[in-house]
Amino acid sequence: MSAKEVKTGIHFINGDEACCEGALAAGCRFFAGYPITPATEVAESMSRRLPEIGGIYIQMEDEIASMAAILGASWGGVKSMTSTSGPGFSLMMENIGLGICTETPCVVCNVQRAGPSTGLPTLVAQGDMMQARWGSHGHYEIIALSPSSPQEMFDFTIRAFNLSEYYRLPVILLADETIGHMTERVVVPPEEEIEIVNRRKPAVSREEYLPYEADPDGIAPMANCGDGYRIHVTGLTHDERGYPAMDAKAQEKMVTRLVDKIRNNRDKIISTKNLFLDDAEVVVVSYGISARSSMQAVQDARREGIKAGLIKLDTVWPFPEDLIRAVAASSKTMIMAEINGGQMVLELERAACGACPVRLVSNYGGAILHPGLILSSIAKAAKGKL
Amino acid sequence: MITAKTAKNLPPHPMDSLLRTERIPHIWCPGCGIGTVFSAVIHSVKNSGWDPNNIAMVSGIGCTGRMAGYIRLDSFHTTHGRALPFATGLKLAKPDTKIIVVSGDGDLFAIGGNHFIHAARRNMDLTVICVNNLNYGMTGGQQGPSTPLGAKTTTTVNGSPEEPFNFCYLAAACGATYVARWTAMQVRSLRSSISEALDKRGFSFVEVITPCPSSFGRRNRMGTALEMLKFYHGRSVIRSDIDPRDASMDIDREIVVGKFVDIERPTFMDHYEKVNRLNSPQWRAMHPDQKAR
Repeated sequence: MSAKEVKTGIHFINGDEACCEGALAAGCRFFAGYPITPATEVAESMSRRLPEIGGIYIQMEDEIASMAAILGASWGGVKSMTSTSGPGFSLMMENIGLGICTETPCVVCNVQRAGPSTGLPTLVAQGDMMQARWGSHGHYEIIALSPSSPQEMFDFTIRAFNLSEYYRLPVILLADETIGHMTERVVVPPEEEIEIVNRRKPAVSREEYLPYEADPDGIAPMANCGDGYRIHVTGLTHDERGYPAMDAKAQEKMVTRLVDKIRNNRDKIISTKNLFLDDAEVVVVSYGISARSSMQAVQDARREGIKAGLIKLDTVWPFPEDLIRAVAASSKTMIMAEINGGQMVLELERAACGACPVRLVSNYGGAILHPGLILSSIAKAAKGKL
Repeated sequence: MITAKTAKNLPPHPMDSLLRTERIPHIWCPGCGIGTVFSAVIHSVKNSGWDPNNIAMVSGIGCTGRMAGYIRLDSFHTTHGRALPFATGLKLAKPDTKIIVVSGDGDLFAIGGNHFIHAARRNMDLTVICVNNLNYGMTGGQQGPSTPLGAKTTTTVNGSPEEPFNFCYLAAACGATYVARWTAMQVRSLRSSISEALDKRGFSFVEVITPCPSSFGRRNRMGTALEMLKFYHGRSVIRSDIDPRDASMDIDREIVVGKFVDIERPTFMDHYEKVNRLNSPQWRAMHPDQKAR
């Protein structure tokens, strides 16, 4: 039996398995992880699939080690990922910061469950949105994608790898328990139709190469370990040579570049799916499983004659503030639907900047949002009630 | 005193090809033992016969962690305690690369203790050099997992109330294939142990008892760096090939030094290939003697 790296065809699999297949299709050949509900199926799938195509699966002693190991593997030139849920995501924060600072491509899948702490291990939530954005110490920019179906688990995992390889940072796949455990049709396209991005390699000799000197678009070409460049990589603030530079000027320069390489390219990174925005008066903004509840609610509202619209955030970070600003200016009300006490709604309020009222439909986790709940919020907003 | 300015005018050193000379002078205090260990590592690397492009160094955080910034190899200065799992990922991605992990006692055995246990258990093919200076030097001399009972540090002004680890015994118990300990004064033995450790397939571990005159020595009235070196050396007793549990590490009584473990054991990759690739035609063709389990 010869195992396939890309399982072209139509499958009936759950979101976690789709994530695994997406990773392999993107070229991932190293997975380090630790079992945790509801992300365990990603690791289990990887443990079966990677050895048969010449990759490495290793179960580490904890999530701290898992995150460290995928950074090491990435510097070894192998596309790498880990998967986890809330408690493990908390443990990964320190080394996600190392990945940001050293500009290490890799993918972290967080299949969110309800917290705080051990919370509800088997039940859905979307409570790690701000942790994904700000969880590691210091100032930085992050890229996070939020799939709303097993198909998107497959598609977005590939995109997460492509973004991580291009922009050189850990990219977060912010899934949730419902999407991870939901089984649906997943179409895996032929290998040649899948777009793959690989990290930019240095075009100069060892003597001329400066590991952290960026090209005009803000991205520095990356030499892997063993390429002969004898690189130094450190989590300390560093200069273009990669050497520690312990002063405010070097800090300003390094962090500015880490932030700008994402901010200045945000139009290329940000992806949303917009529904009925042309004439929408009440616009729901949502992501992940909540975007599916919202989609139902918006369609129901339309049937009732309410001019409702939807912005589904495929990328939650960076936040599409330009789009929101424009839509807010022509909307009566905007609504954020999410399974937490109100996290992305803060971003929505910030971006809408008072141009229209912003409402929140949410719960603290444990159950998905009922479309009826969102519909009634839309209906109230349409009547001008707050 | 060598400053950045005067260093530029010095004649080339035989080890310059393995040093990031533009980063000299280093940050270590006068009399610190890390330089001795660093020098021994560089000698062993130079004499190993390995292509330096196929050797990498991974370190954690702390005084010893800074070694990675001075060696002209692919070098990774990671997070506190996480050098070993980072090195694990790097090794599995590049199995043909020789990887040296250098770090202090606090980094490897306090915050990174769990990683040490598991890397040794898996028999990851890594060489680990632990510079044991009995305290946290970088942060000014706090108590650590190796601080002797009763020793004074900035966080144990009345003396440490804890029993310290015996790292060599721990390494042996966890499955290390090579375990040795020397004091920083026993340079020849140290170099030869580091060379043996580099040649070893599997998880090899060398502990070096080094003076930290600025912090540990000063608070415990141990005199100058040279006096500390001589003190540790005077307490040392060479007893190779004894049971690692008897390789006591007690600066008040005796510091047992020598080579305590030198065994063969399949590495993680040996087992991984055996259990996972047995049915793979390519793999079987590559290893015809491994057809049967």
